[in-house]
Amino acid sequence: MFELLGIPPQVLMGQLLLGLINGSFYAVLSLGLAVIFGLLNIINFAHGALYMAGAFVAWMLLNYLGIGYWPALILAPLVVGTLGVILERTMLSRLYHLDHLYGLLLTFGLALIIQGLFRNYYGISGLAYQIPDVLSGGQNLGFMFLPNYRAWVVVASIVVCLGTWFMIEKTRLGAYLRAATENPTLVGAFGVNVPLMIMMTYGFGVALAGFAGVLAAPIYSVNPIMGEQLIIVVFAVVVIGGMGSIMGAIITGYVLGIVEGLTRVIYPEGSAVVIFVIMAIVLMIKPEGLFGRPV
Amino acid sequence: MAIAEKSNNPESSSALVEPVTQTAGMSKLHKAIFAVLLIALIILPFLVYPIFAMKVMCFALFAAAFNLLLGFGGLLSFGHAAYFGGASYVAAHAAKVWGFTPELAVLTGTAAAALLGFAIGSLAIRRQGIYFAMVTLAFAQMVYFVALQAEFTGGEDGIQGVPRGDLFGVISLADNIALYFFVLAVTFGGILLLYRIVHSPFGQVLKAIRENEPRAISLGYDVNRYKLIVFTLSATLAGLAGATKSLVFQLASLTDVHWSMSGEVVLMTLLGGMGTIFGPLVGAGVIVTMQNYLATFGAWVTVIQGVIFVIGVLMFREGIIGVLARWLKKPL
Repeated sequence: MFELLGIPPQVLMGQLLLGLINGSFYAVLSLGLAVIFGLLNIINFAHGALYMAGAFVAWMLLNYLGIGYWPALILAPLVVGTLGVILERTMLSRLYHLDHLYGLLLTFGLALIIQGLFRNYYGISGLAYQIPDVLSGGQNLGFMFLPNYRAWVVVASIVVCLGTWFMIEKTRLGAYLRAATENPTLVGAFGVNVPLMIMMTYGFGVALAGFAGVLAAPIYSVNPIMGEQLIIVVFAVVVIGGMGSIMGAIITGYVLGIVEGLTRVIYPEGSAVVIFVIMAIVLMIKPEGLFGRPV
Repeated sequence: MAIAEKSNNPESSSALVEPVTQTAGMSKLHKAIFAVLLIALIILPFLVYPIFAMKVMCFALFAAAFNLLLGFGGLLSFGHAAYFGGASYVAAHAAKVWGFTPELAVLTGTAAAALLGFAIGSLAIRRQGIYFAMVTLAFAQMVYFVALQAEFTGGEDGIQGVPRGDLFGVISLADNIALYFFVLAVTFGGILLLYRIVHSPFGQVLKAIRENEPRAISLGYDVNRYKLIVFTLSATLAGLAGATKSLVFQLASLTDVHWSMSGEVVLMTLLGGMGTIFGPLVGAGVIVTMQNYLATFGAWVTVIQGVIFVIGVLMFREGIIGVLARWLKKPL
């Protein structure tokens, strides 16, 4: 077997896989942020809290109603998406005429409420969620052991990301969406119900967060604070990629996850901050982000 | 360099901040308020627990420093905990390990916050609006991780048992009342300095940039330089508050650099009134008092803070002092 920089290949591949898993979550979450930002022009600070809510909904479905992983993979994003739609209708829609920073402040407040409520009822020790039977165990690839569930997370996230990309870039609905991003007034004049589209977009964006939460539930323990650290890293990912491009958000997510994994092998102390350092470098060289449009 | 010409076009006011009418020098009303405030603060430690009063003052300075950036500069930083907490760590380290006298420890912490603010600010001003908020938050999280992992910060324990020391090497601050008057001098001085900055020609240019950035650029102002200066000033004074707080509690901990601390200072400013002089002080007083009385309710404090955020943004964007100023038809 080969060795790289004196690092055993098992360690390297293991960390690369971990990085790819993290990258999957970065990609799905930053994709949701980018979709929401495109149409609503707000940054959804509650994204991390709704990701956590997705994991909790899956846990509740299993423990209170006996509904397993596979239905939860559909149901939990629907629940979270519905919650998002309600939040958009009752609160966010009142802020569109104001400075976009108010949207950030409002969703920050929502994040505190959601997170605080879950902490009150479930503490912060975390709840276990079983890996579904079909996906337990793993494959011995010769150079490393690949747990089935982790492979599934990577595959599922790629499918969802590409599906979203396809919907936005290649379908008629996506064309309306992109048009409304450019000029909502004009699109409205053509008879498209723009407020409905905005509502559904927010619902879809946070449903993606809920989906990521269900994917995460068996890997990380279901925990009220699971979203808060993640969302700040995802913000950095979004700054690095720029939110102008859907594919850009996806690619940046995966690549940064892998970079983080590699850093953990080469210089473990730096793994927590490497994404922020990359952000600083990108701000120096290309402030609008790797895939962003210059302003 | 040309001195600010006022850009007081009321039509171009930014949606984020209500414009504040300007008066030259300190108005009689403001003088009177500051005087009453000072007298009240001199009596206060004999009425309430001095540590609590000092906490309020430190947070009032923190919020006022933050308001310089948001309310008068129009820049929303979501990472001010980095300067507050960073200075708190450096001051605690200077007092405990290097044996600095309290005033030198506070100055060292403040200087560290100034450097950090300059470094982060020079990168963050490359982006605007929402991106600016995200960049500052991300850098603050980086500071948090450094504080978590570095040797001198003591990780999860923080720096405990920070000596209060002797002021100028002679006056012992071990007594709460003695320390109180040191903290009063520092925070009140800091707040007066902020008042001076806001009402200086520099402050006028800041407001011009906030109201209409392209116009300020076309008038020949180097907008990025102004933004960097105000960012650094705000970080410095936030650092002054954090360094002082580390002496009061004899502790520098991860709480001070956590993102929720950045959120708290935004909440204080929003609640009190963005872009007002006295709003952040009131907001800090309300939030710290609330935390004090609700401490036993645990995570409900977070929920209540979130609710205040939501209500504040949806229906109460002027803040307490903003509403008061509108009723009285006077800038406060």
